[in-house]
Amino acid sequence: MNLDNLPILSMLIWLPILGGIWTLIIGDQQERVVKHFSFIISISTFLLSVLLYYQFDNDFLGMQFVEEFYWIESFSIKYHLGVDGIALPLIILTTFTTILVIVAAWEVIDKNISYYMCSFLVLTGLMNGVFVALDSILFYVFWEAMLIPMFLIIGIWGGPNRVYATIKFFLYTFFGSVFMLVALLYLYSVTGSFNIQLSQEAPLGLTAQKLIFIAFFLAFAVKIPMWPVHTWLPDAHVEAPTGGSVILAAIMLKMGGYGFLRFSLPIAPDASLYFANTMILLSLIAIVYIGFVALVQEDMKKLIAYSSISHMGFVTLGFFIPFGIIAATNSNAGAVMGMEGAMMQMISHGFISAALFLCVGVMYDRLHSRMIKDYGGVVNSMPYFAAFMMLFAMANSGLPGTSGFVGEFLVILSSFKLNFWIAFTAALTLILGAAYTLWMYKRVIFGEAIREEVSELKDIDAREGFILFLLAGVILLFGVWPAPLFDVMHVTIQQLIDHISQTKIL
Amino acid sequence: MRTDLIFLIPEITLLLMACLVLIVDAFSKDPLHKMTYRMAQLSLVLTLSAVIYYSPDYSYIAFNGGFITDTMSTLLKSFICAITIVVFFYSYEYLKENELLKGEYFVLGLFAVLGMMVMTSAYHLLSIYLGLELLSLSLYAMVAMQRRSTFATEAAIKYFVLGALASGMLLYGISMIYGLTGSLQFNDIVDTINAGDIDRAYLVYGMIFLIVGISFKLGAAPFHMWVPDVYQGAPTSVTLFISSAPKLAAFAMAVRVLVDGLLPLIEDWQSILSLLAILSMAVGNIIAIAQTNIKRMLAYSTIAHIGYLFLGLIAGTASGFAGSMFYIISYALMSLGTFGMIILLGRYDLEADRLDDFKGLSIRNSWFAFIMLFLMFSMAGVPPFLGFWSKWFVLKELIASGFVELAVIAVIFSIIGVYYYLRIVKLMYFDEPETMSAIKASQQMRAVLTVNGLLILLIGLAPDSLMHICLSAFSGL
Repeated sequence: MNLDNLPILSMLIWLPILGGIWTLIIGDQQERVVKHFSFIISISTFLLSVLLYYQFDNDFLGMQFVEEFYWIESFSIKYHLGVDGIALPLIILTTFTTILVIVAAWEVIDKNISYYMCSFLVLTGLMNGVFVALDSILFYVFWEAMLIPMFLIIGIWGGPNRVYATIKFFLYTFFGSVFMLVALLYLYSVTGSFNIQLSQEAPLGLTAQKLIFIAFFLAFAVKIPMWPVHTWLPDAHVEAPTGGSVILAAIMLKMGGYGFLRFSLPIAPDASLYFANTMILLSLIAIVYIGFVALVQEDMKKLIAYSSISHMGFVTLGFFIPFGIIAATNSNAGAVMGMEGAMMQMISHGFISAALFLCVGVMYDRLHSRMIKDYGGVVNSMPYFAAFMMLFAMANSGLPGTSGFVGEFLVILSSFKLNFWIAFTAALTLILGAAYTLWMYKRVIFGEAIREEVSELKDIDAREGFILFLLAGVILLFGVWPAPLFDVMHVTIQQLIDHISQTKIL
Repeated sequence: MRTDLIFLIPEITLLLMACLVLIVDAFSKDPLHKMTYRMAQLSLVLTLSAVIYYSPDYSYIAFNGGFITDTMSTLLKSFICAITIVVFFYSYEYLKENELLKGEYFVLGLFAVLGMMVMTSAYHLLSIYLGLELLSLSLYAMVAMQRRSTFATEAAIKYFVLGALASGMLLYGISMIYGLTGSLQFNDIVDTINAGDIDRAYLVYGMIFLIVGISFKLGAAPFHMWVPDVYQGAPTSVTLFISSAPKLAAFAMAVRVLVDGLLPLIEDWQSILSLLAILSMAVGNIIAIAQTNIKRMLAYSTIAHIGYLFLGLIAGTASGFAGSMFYIISYALMSLGTFGMIILLGRYDLEADRLDDFKGLSIRNSWFAFIMLFLMFSMAGVPPFLGFWSKWFVLKELIASGFVELAVIAVIFSIIGVYYYLRIVKLMYFDEPETMSAIKASQQMRAVLTVNGLLILLIGLAPDSLMHICLSAFSGL
């Protein structure tokens, strides 16, 4: 079989979507078949993305695996797919996480299992679509359609306050997105094309760029989320089922980051420069202020949610630091480092937050509580679990040797080139992150088992062990050897930095 | 004159058939009116075929400029007939179930369709008025058909009084235009205005009355007062009818009057329509949130949708008008599906028109909950459903014409609108059902509703052909 001409990107989108629809047809009566079938689909999707990685040419400048044909000919909207060094790691993250959530749901979800699997598989296909779409309308369709399965996931399988949380989630993200639609349509009226790459090249005046930047900002800042539009995230996380939280934290937040890299920065570089200081300020507020907020949380999921916002602050910081560096030093070297650190932070946070949410899920399945005060002394009854969670907590606080360290370190290092105080403030997270994560760990895992139920907890079984082991492996691997990731994205990010250092004003 | 008659063959067919149906029904003793129903459907099929068979390649103006046959009229007439076929189908099921079945329902429906076809093809202010009155009078009677219901009677009276007022406004506007230009024929009106001898202010004054009349018929705010009462009070089958095909005709009327007749005044009607559009989107989307009756909620949602419809007209370009046409056709399709769903859920003596009747639908019947999910997300404008493309189309044209601020206002109101559509999804999927009674509906009803729902998704995935059709209707402009 010739694997070169396979439409891998289309398969990455449509295999899980069609598989998801098929699980609905199988139906709830055949529970085992549904589970095994969705597991096979998620594994196959992951293998496809691995194949994509092996065929990916690290040194190639531009889009690879391009598929392009007309979708809506009247307005030359194309079904245009392609992948570069920014999208590839995110696709692998998506397909990998899907396996985890499918396996994690195995014995936990007892209501409408076929709907559950269908929602997650369809969601995976749509998320892959977001990362590979090169036509802005195609991108928008995937971006918005994704809200529907997530809305149902939180609303059907969520906690007691799920309806409020899911409607808030939907309206918040929809709110941001419609302005992006206006910006995309405006770009079309200027460039005459919905092609994203062409929009990146098209010259634009500063005022237009500023407005476009603000429209994109509304969409992506809500998604990532940045302070002060982050309030949907803790609610959604707390109410969502474990799988929903994992997908939200690991992938959906990354879409905001991806959006900045694909749209905001290259389409409106001058406006990005103009707003860079504001964005850096907002990022620092997120890092420090939200870090303090996380410190006082009593709900473990909420704590991790706030920690996600704080970590995403590093991502946005890494995106906007380069503008200052280029302006100050006239060289792109330090800029590349910040941007790559931010990318690394996105990927690593995907694994770490997924792992932490799964850990909370493991405890929640046993005691049906997410409150820190209900636990204590878990290590006595669940030693293996405690060991895994230790690693994830360390990774979340950015310990060297774990993937969490690499991204943060690079971002802080590159901010030093711009301004000592920015770097100093950002570096506070090393203290804050350690404080809130390890303090939570200490209260939950160590100490005496106050409650009787805690001392009778069963340690993780093979299924849970498998998931956590996979994650632990990846986190350690990227912690000591991040080179494969950097190799994949280096050329693309270099090109992006070159692009944004040029003005687009004519 | 003979060639003129050829272009009138669809209308003539429909008129003859409607009379025939009336006579047949008078002599029929069947309490189920099977014959009447089938003949009514046959008339529509025949008319549809005639419309398609006699579709012209160019626009043809007949009867001394009173009647036009062009791509737009052919398309809209085809859609009007096709939609009415589905409406009659749903209605027959509903009327049978609720023992409201009368042969006149279908006869009146056919005359209403005739009125719509005349409106679509009118090229003269009087032919417009003629078609409009034929349509309106049929609809008043249809709303009042449920004699024992006080709600229906109240709705009919309200509809009649306000409708008559609107017709009066329209006539006053027509007389103003006639007094100024000396003609009722669109070509003459345009030529006279372009000659530039008439004071623009007087023309605008007359035009405002025309726009008020049109807005009344479409249900745009602030002329929307009749919409919620009529939607709620009328039997569901009539609401279904009012909310679908006549909207297409009203759209045609708007295009004929504003574009064919008053294009020289475009800047003036653009600003008036902008105001109406903003008001409609605001009133419709905000008040809909407070409703507990789904028919009333959908009435407000219609008002909002009309606001979006205006956006395409405001754009003022051929593709903008095509966008509006796409919008109204998609809206009619979604409206058909939604009211079809209400009919499906209803049982004898119990209309399923409270929002709470949708509680736990996913448990009672997962398939139709799914269809309703499609319909609601489509109405909200979430991709990949049809409703997204209709909003997308008008917004795109609006921005291309430089009305970016208006587009921003429109999307803000669409966010508000999402909330009440989501609420129905929430009721269906997140709440427990109030009753577990199975859904009682015929196989055909289920099949048609399924096709209706899937169309919303399928056209949403491949909207190109419908967009292409709509663009072709205005390619001559």
